[in-house]
Amino acid sequence: MDRDRRRLSRASLRPAPLLWGTAVAVPLGFLGVFFAWPVAALVVRGFVPDGALDLTGFTDVLSSPRTWRLVGLTLTQAVLGTAFSVLLGLPLAYLLYRRSFPGRGLVRGLVTVPFVLPAVVVGVAFRTLFAPGGTLGFLGLEESLAGIVVALVFFNVSVVVRTVGGLWERLDPRTEQAAASLGAGPARVFRTVTLPSLAPAVASAAAVVFLFCATAFGVVLVLGGVRYGTIETEIWTRTTQFLDLRSASVLSIMQLVVISGALAVSARARRRREAALHLVSARGSARRLSWRSPQDVTVALVGAAIVVGLMVLPMAGLVTRSLREPDGSWGLGNYAALGTTGERNALVVTVWEAAATSLRIALAATVISLVVGGLVALVVSRRPRSAGARRAVSTLDGLFMLPLGVSAVTVGFGFLITMDQPVLGVDLRTSGLLVPVAQAVVAIPLVVRTVLPVLRAIDPRLREVAAVLGSGPGRVLRTVDLPIALRSVGLATGFAFAVSLGEFGATSFLARPDGATLPVVIYRLIGRPGAENYGMALAASVVLAVLTATVMMVAERLRDERAGGEF
Amino acid sequence: MLRLSGAHAGTIQAGTVAGAAAVALLLAGCGGGSGSGDSGSDGSDPAASGTVTLVTHDSWALDEKLVEGFEEESGLTVEVSAAGDAGTLVNQLVLTKDSPLGDAVFGIDNTFASRALEAGVVEEYTPADLPEGAEQLGGALTPIDQGDVCVNADEAWFEKSDLDVPRTLEDLADPEYQDLLVVSNPATSSPGLAFLLATVGAFGENGFEDYWASLADNGVKVADSWEDAYYVDFSGAGEGGERPLVLSYATSPAFTVTEDGTGTTTSALLETCFRQVEYAGVLAGSDNPEGAQALVDFLLSADVQAALPESMYMYPADSSVELPKDWQKFAPQAEAPFEVEPAEVSEHRDEWIERWTETVVG
Amino acid sequence: MAGLEIRDATVRYGVPTGSARSGRSAGVTAVDRVSLTVAPGEVVALLGPSGCGKSSLLRAVAGLEPLAGGSIGYDGEELAGVPVHKRRFGLMFQEGQLFPHRDVRRNVGYGLETQELSRAERDTRVSALLDLVGLAGYERRSVLTLSGGEQQRVALARALAPRPRLLLLDEPLSALDRQLRERLAGEVRAALVETGTTAMFVTHDHTEASAVADRVGVMDRGRLLQVAAPDELRTAPASDRVTEFLGLRGSQSGV
Repeated sequence: MDRDRRRLSRASLRPAPLLWGTAVAVPLGFLGVFFAWPVAALVVRGFVPDGALDLTGFTDVLSSPRTWRLVGLTLTQAVLGTAFSVLLGLPLAYLLYRRSFPGRGLVRGLVTVPFVLPAVVVGVAFRTLFAPGGTLGFLGLEESLAGIVVALVFFNVSVVVRTVGGLWERLDPRTEQAAASLGAGPARVFRTVTLPSLAPAVASAAAVVFLFCATAFGVVLVLGGVRYGTIETEIWTRTTQFLDLRSASVLSIMQLVVISGALAVSARARRRREAALHLVSARGSARRLSWRSPQDVTVALVGAAIVVGLMVLPMAGLVTRSLREPDGSWGLGNYAALGTTGERNALVVTVWEAAATSLRIALAATVISLVVGGLVALVVSRRPRSAGARRAVSTLDGLFMLPLGVSAVTVGFGFLITMDQPVLGVDLRTSGLLVPVAQAVVAIPLVVRTVLPVLRAIDPRLREVAAVLGSGPGRVLRTVDLPIALRSVGLATGFAFAVSLGEFGATSFLARPDGATLPVVIYRLIGRPGAENYGMALAASVVLAVLTATVMMVAERLRDERAGGEF
Repeated sequence: MLRLSGAHAGTIQAGTVAGAAAVALLLAGCGGGSGSGDSGSDGSDPAASGTVTLVTHDSWALDEKLVEGFEEESGLTVEVSAAGDAGTLVNQLVLTKDSPLGDAVFGIDNTFASRALEAGVVEEYTPADLPEGAEQLGGALTPIDQGDVCVNADEAWFEKSDLDVPRTLEDLADPEYQDLLVVSNPATSSPGLAFLLATVGAFGENGFEDYWASLADNGVKVADSWEDAYYVDFSGAGEGGERPLVLSYATSPAFTVTEDGTGTTTSALLETCFRQVEYAGVLAGSDNPEGAQALVDFLLSADVQAALPESMYMYPADSSVELPKDWQKFAPQAEAPFEVEPAEVSEHRDEWIERWTETVVG
Repeated sequence: MAGLEIRDATVRYGVPTGSARSGRSAGVTAVDRVSLTVAPGEVVALLGPSGCGKSSLLRAVAGLEPLAGGSIGYDGEELAGVPVHKRRFGLMFQEGQLFPHRDVRRNVGYGLETQELSRAERDTRVSALLDLVGLAGYERRSVLTLSGGEQQRVALARALAPRPRLLLLDEPLSALDRQLRERLAGEVRAALVETGTTAMFVTHDHTEASAVADRVGVMDRGRLLQVAAPDELRTAPASDRVTEFLGLRGSQSGV
């Protein structure tokens, strides 16, 4: 039976060359022009400084003990950050997607907020907590690896919650019930039935979180102090401060190696677990939280502890501080000031103008990343018959994850040398037009990772039946894949929007002063002295957080209404 | 479109341009800031229609009205592009030397000036009415403003602790002031680098490491950025920090003026300062060098010079311009800041930072 | 020649098609030179243990697996170049085949949506088919609320709705309990006869095969051992293996 099953799932429909050709060419072209080319150009510039190939950078960088310390720290913090994100994310995913309770939508939105807060704000918020005089000063987390890991988990736990939760709420509960009826206790049911079914989503989320942790920049810089650094921070310093492209190129390649290795491991884990799951309506699977069930009470308490300890505490600090006036009294002064350009005109635009710009750019970035990411997910979800094509598909999958693992600085500086010709009289580098594109490059992997598990979990027999019933490949996509994937597309939209709203690295290089986004103005405000500017920066951060939470909640609501009638 | 027929037309990869053009069209309506694509939509040569692009760092914040006034007067259209911090700005200019990001630059400071001059990113240009005391670099970089990076003290803290406020660099290494100072990392922050240069200026190329070793023994704390040091660690920012001495600017005390406006709660130690000078220039290979020159002149005009303290937190290069009242009162400049020759800085900066890292971080 | 005609059909797995990579895996031959015809209106069952190749043969007929050798034709037309959706066949699986995002009516009507029918005509046809499979009035039900037997009835109605030239049934009743299976086998037979549908029915259950089919083909390890009417198989099995699959232990069989 097993062998039969595998064969069945591998079978695919006869390919429509034009359709699939386009589906592969568009994303590849996009990635090529706006990611691979700039990065390659900058790396090559590092190895060919004066027209002659110079690889001595390798020996210099690789023989330096500092390099290996940075590699070690990068791996350590990324592994720990990923492990704890998964560990804490699973109970939250269960609570928020398998159980229902009043206010669940709000908590779901809240959990996403950290993900999009600018690193500089989060860094300062956590440092304030960890500093000797801070609320958590007694823990001694200042300038420690533990402190960095806590912040990384704060940022990334929502990736796990969302990705795993999205699949979890649609797992057929009857499989678990069957196992339970066979005498398996809750722990055994979880270990033997639930976890293996969730594995693709967990592997998927873990891969994304690992990339985010391994390339974390602002958090490491602020919380790690001078003693902690990663390959990413070193690339930033080498590139922007020293213009030492020789070392930066070597480090970029090392970073790529680390990232590709991690991706390969996760892809292997995912493939081993890949199976067509029986998905059901999300509505039917969530049960009301019951205070009589010890299991529910435990999960609810654990979940509450995580949400309060990890998220509410740092964010509450932010909110309360944003409500404090320069003279120490409480009030909305900082929010009123958002209509201005700050104390002594710290900004070129008001914060509200920046918020409008942010929304406009995020909209464009979301559309781009949904189109490109959707196509990638579609292609990658298929299992072609030939081994060569299967390998090509999984390579494509990995390729589109790479933008998460490459420094925004490398991409930003790469743009400067590759986009050096005006297009229709517009210099793309200084026009601000590249901002949504750069944000989309970062959002695409998230779209792919969100949509892909659901597409892959669609029983291939549905497509086969549809084809036999007279649907060509296009109609199969429209009537089978699309409606089923729609739920995750809603989620992907929210994610893409959120990532775009919060992106700072590439945006800071490419946005014009009059086209500054919220994170950019927050960064500028916090970079100026003056209690009023600091208060405004925090108020603007709260605005960004609320904006993001709202977007995520709306995306989720829209999605429910669209799918609700039929699911 | 005319720009396509310029000097670099031969190197254009047609496919790329087509792809990028498609994206540009796609985004034209929803992407960048206001005015993006203006130069393209009317199909005319940007130089002929008088667009001049100013490349600057992310602290640029000149009043829009001043810029609009300049545009009206000169008939030029000014576009501003911000590249990151001062170091990033210069490095980007060096990287894009063959195809400059704009026509004029503002914000190259004296710690990065030599790198810019050596790479030839700026063209020689000397404004007709260079103010007195303003010294050009290499005949191409014109000073626009300046500011002192100095250690700041939380006056109230010292009063409460019954301790004299330190004055000199040597004082900071005095055990009396143990665990009181926080500075920022010279590898990642521009004031951090300036302060390192102050110590090089004070103790010499061979003596600064010993000084820093004594600072480290005295418990100096190093944050990665100015904002981190100032807002989290400095007690005078009112955010719960615990250290009363912080590396900041001579102008910072003007931001801690008390409600009644009679005093300030912090002060700058004027014997610990390094002077940062910011320059402007015409970018080599500019499409509109005349416009760029006009822009440099504009930055030196009395109106802009007078507006600099309020908008950029810097002292104007033109010493004849009157300073705001609270600056006169609370933010005096250092009389004899430490100095290091720009050429020296350019040659040794990376090495000094590495030596500093070894001494302080280990 | 009318109806389905399978000539020396061979299906292999694990051989990369379109790639020159060779010698890496020789592949498994799932169907080995099988020839079979199904006349219009006839119901033929393929009987055999799991892994014998019967499902692969059925999938090859549907166009879901490519042939490594031989040919398949319908009403004299060679099917090699005809894509799945243009064959005008019907297909029904054991389970997991209903579209979860469509209600019963829109599941059954799925195959009609590509035909030029008015909405009213479509609804009428859907209702008639639901009536045929004993689910009258189920139009608005969510497929997720249906029992296993009801789901298979909906799947059968859906497969029959576009009036397929040939209906392919892959173990359609195997996921159901025995009682239900026996009752449904009779109903499927009735539905096929009533609609005059030509059908190929894959099963591992010989009673089911006998109940549904006019003729039964016995398969083992990719080969077709014998094709005959159920009674004839019983009275004159061609070999011990056939006897074994029919559940009539041969006296001389040593297996």
